[in-house]
Amino acid sequence: MVFSRLYFCLRGLLGPDSVKTAKTLQSRAFSLLVWVRPIAFIGVLLAIWQIAVSRHPVHLLPGPLEVVGGIADLARRGLLLKYVIASLFRVTWGFALAVVLAIPLGLTIGWFRRAEMAFNPIVQILRPISPLAWIPIAILWFGVGDLAAIFLIFMGCFLPLLLTAINAVQSVPAVYINAGRNFGLGPLDLVYRVLYPAVIPQLIVGLRITLGIAWLVVVAAEMIAVSSGLGFLIVDARNAGNRYDLVVAGMVLIGLIGLLLDMGIRSLERVKSFRWSYSED
Amino acid sequence: MSVMETFVTPVALKTKLCAEHVSMVFHRDGKTTEVLNDINLEVGDGEFLCLLGPSGCGKSTLLSAMAGFLTLTGGHIRIDGEVVRGPDPRRIFVFQERGVFPWLTVDGNIGFGLFKLPRRERERRIAHYVKMVGLQGFEKTYPPELSGGMKQRLEVARALAVNPDMLFLDEPFGALDSITRLIMRGELLRIWEAERKTIIFVTHDIDEAVQLADRVVVMSARPASVQQIVTIDIPHPRDISSPRYLELRDGIFKQIGLAHRI
Amino acid sequence: MTIDQPRRWERFFWPVLVCALLLALWHYCVIWTATRIFPSPLDVERGLAELLRQNVLWADIGDSLRRVAIGFGAAVLLGVPLGLMFGWYPAANQVVNPAMQIIRPISPIAWIPVAIIFFGVGDNAAIFLIFLGAFFPIVVSCTDGVSNVPSISRRAGRNFGLSPFHVLAKVVFPAALPQIIVGLRIALGIAWLVVVAAEMIAVDSGLGYLIIDSRNSGKRYDLVVAAMLLIGVIGLALDLAFRRLEKVKSVRWGFRDES
Repeated sequence: MVFSRLYFCLRGLLGPDSVKTAKTLQSRAFSLLVWVRPIAFIGVLLAIWQIAVSRHPVHLLPGPLEVVGGIADLARRGLLLKYVIASLFRVTWGFALAVVLAIPLGLTIGWFRRAEMAFNPIVQILRPISPLAWIPIAILWFGVGDLAAIFLIFMGCFLPLLLTAINAVQSVPAVYINAGRNFGLGPLDLVYRVLYPAVIPQLIVGLRITLGIAWLVVVAAEMIAVSSGLGFLIVDARNAGNRYDLVVAGMVLIGLIGLLLDMGIRSLERVKSFRWSYSED
Repeated sequence: MSVMETFVTPVALKTKLCAEHVSMVFHRDGKTTEVLNDINLEVGDGEFLCLLGPSGCGKSTLLSAMAGFLTLTGGHIRIDGEVVRGPDPRRIFVFQERGVFPWLTVDGNIGFGLFKLPRRERERRIAHYVKMVGLQGFEKTYPPELSGGMKQRLEVARALAVNPDMLFLDEPFGALDSITRLIMRGELLRIWEAERKTIIFVTHDIDEAVQLADRVVVMSARPASVQQIVTIDIPHPRDISSPRYLELRDGIFKQIGLAHRI
Repeated sequence: MTIDQPRRWERFFWPVLVCALLLALWHYCVIWTATRIFPSPLDVERGLAELLRQNVLWADIGDSLRRVAIGFGAAVLLGVPLGLMFGWYPAANQVVNPAMQIIRPISPIAWIPVAIIFFGVGDNAAIFLIFLGAFFPIVVSCTDGVSNVPSISRRAGRNFGLSPFHVLAKVVFPAALPQIIVGLRIALGIAWLVVVAAEMIAVDSGLGYLIIDSRNSGKRYDLVVAAMLLIGVIGLALDLAFRRLEKVKSVRWGFRDES
C-alpha cells in the first residue's frame, strides 16, 4: 500500500515517462520485499528472545548469541559433525529399510482388494502406537545402541509408507490400467510401464512426509537409547552440567537439518517426468 | 476427394462383431441393477456404427463388454467368430482424453503399444500418426501441456498406431467445446476413410450420431435394449442442412420422444 | 478377465484369518526360541486382564486422555484462528512460514529440557509437548483449507453484500471445514503419539509411563505389550470417533466424492 502511494506521487511529480521506471522499480522492490520480510520476522523473534533473556539474568534459558557460541563450541570440539553424521546415519538406514520393505508390500496390498481387507485392521491398530513405545522391545532385541535406534526409526516409517503405497495404488485411475491391458501388456509389463509411473508422484510426497517423521523419531530415540547424535546431545548437555546453550544449539541444528532434508526431497518432486501429476490441476 | 458410397444394408458386409442375447446385471451392496436387456446386434466389417441413448442407459457398459473389459452375465459377444474374453490389441478402446498417460510425451504415448516392433519401424509409425492427427511440433510435449482437443487426438493416434481392426470410442468428444467437436468429427471421418477400421461410437448427441454413422442404434433408457436401428443412407461429406439429413434426425428425435421445437 | 467383487462375508473372513495366522506365528516363535522374557499372546492376554483388574490402569488411561484433551484443545484454540488468518492473508503466511518451517522439524521430545525449565517436571510440561505436536499440523491444515476455497465462493459472498468478516465466517469457513476437520483428526493422532512418548520420559503416570515402568520394575514385558495394544486400541477409537464427526451431515459435503 505504501508503495502504491509512493508510485502515484512519483508519477504526479515526474510526468508520464517516469511511470514505466517507477513501475519496474515497484515490482523489483516488491520481489525483494518477498525475501526480506520473512527473514526480518525471524530477526525480530531473535531480538525479542535476546532481550527477554538479558532482562532475566538468573534464567537458565540461553539467548541466541549464547546458542551460536554453543554451536561454535561443538564445532571446535569436533562433536558437531560427529553428532550430525550419527543422526543422519541412523535416519538413512531406518528410512531406507522401511522404504525397501514397505513400498513393494504396500503396492501389492493396494492392488488386491482382499489383501487390503485382510491387513487393514492390524495396520489400524498398530498405527496409533508411538514408535517410542517400542523402546523396551527394541532394547530387549538389540540392546542399547545404533541398531535399536534404527529399529525405532524403521517402526516409525514402515506403516506410513505402507499406507502411502496402498493409497497410491488405489488412486491410479482405472483408465490407465485398462488402456495398458488393451494394448496387450502382460502383468509384469503392466506393473513396470503403467502402475509404477502412475504412483511415483504420490509416493514421493509420502516419502517426504515420512522422512520428516523419521527425523522426529531419531531425535527422540537418541534421547533415550544411544550415546551419540543430536538427540543425545540435548539430553547429555543438560545432564552433564546444565549446558542449556548446547541444548538449544542442538534444537536449532535439528530444525535446520530437518528443513534441509525436506527441501531436498521437494527438489526431487520437481524432476520433470515426475512433475506431471502436479501440473494437472 | 471422391464421394464415398455408404453401405445400404449390413447384410452385404462380412460380420465383424455379433452380440447375441447380451444382458448385464450388476450386483453391488446387495442391490441388483439390470443394465442391459437382451441386446442383439450385428456390426459389419469397416462399418461406422453409433450407439445412441440418454446418459446412464448402459451404452458405455455395452461398449466396455464388447471391448472385453466386463464379463457379461448373459449372452455373449463374438468378434470374427471368437467369443470375447478380455481386452485385445486388435480392438482398441479410446477413452475420453483422460486415457493418455501423463508421464509420457506425445511420442511416448503413440509408441506405447509398439513395443514389439524394432526401433526404426516404431519411429516411422509414430511420425506417421503424429502427422495424421496433426500434432507435428508437439512430439516432445507432455499431455498436461496440451489442450483437450489435442489430447483427444493423441489418444486416437495412440489407438491407431497399433493398427487395430476395431476402434471403440466412448463419447470421446464429450469434454470438448462444440466448435472443437465439429472439427474433431471431421478429423475422425477423414481417418476412418483412410484406414477403414470398424468403429463403434457411443454418444448421447443425436446430431453427432447422424453426422458420423452408417447406422445408428437407438437405445432405450435403463435397462437398455435396442429400440431402433436407423440406417443413414447419405454419402459423406454430409450436408447437415439437407432435407434427408433433417428427416433422419427428426425421425430419431421422435423415436426418443423429444420435441424438435424449443 | 475381470477381478470379481469380494463378497460380504469376505470382509470379516480375511482379516480374521490374517490376525489368527499372525498370532499363531507369534506364539510359535516364542515357543521355538524358548525365550523367557518375551511374552506370548497368551501371556499378554493374562497381563491385560491383570491390568484391567487393577485400578491403576484406569487412572493411567485417564491421565493420558486428560493430557491429550488439554494439549490438543489448546492447540485448536490457538491454531485454528491463526491458521484461518494465514489462509485469509497470504502475505502474513508468507512472512511467518519460514520461521515455522525451521521450528516444525524439531521433535516435541527435543523440547523436554526447555519445557522443564518453563513448566517444571510434571503434567504441564507434557501438555506443552502435546500442544507443540498438534499445533503446526492444525495451523497448516487451516491455512490450506482456506486457501483452497475457490475464489468463486468468496466472490459470490461479496456479491451478496457480505462484509469481509461475514464472508470468512459464513462462506469460507464452512467451505474449508472438511479439510480443517481432517487436519484436526491427524493432529489428534499426533497428539496421541506425543503423549505416550512424553510420558515415557517426563512424567510418572499415564500409559507411556506404564510401559517404561513395567519394564524397569520387573521386566514385565507382558504388561509392556499389553499396554502397547491398549495404546493402539484407544488411539484407533479416538480416530474413529473423529471420523464419526466428519460424517455429520453439514460437514459431509466435502467428502461426497469419497466412496
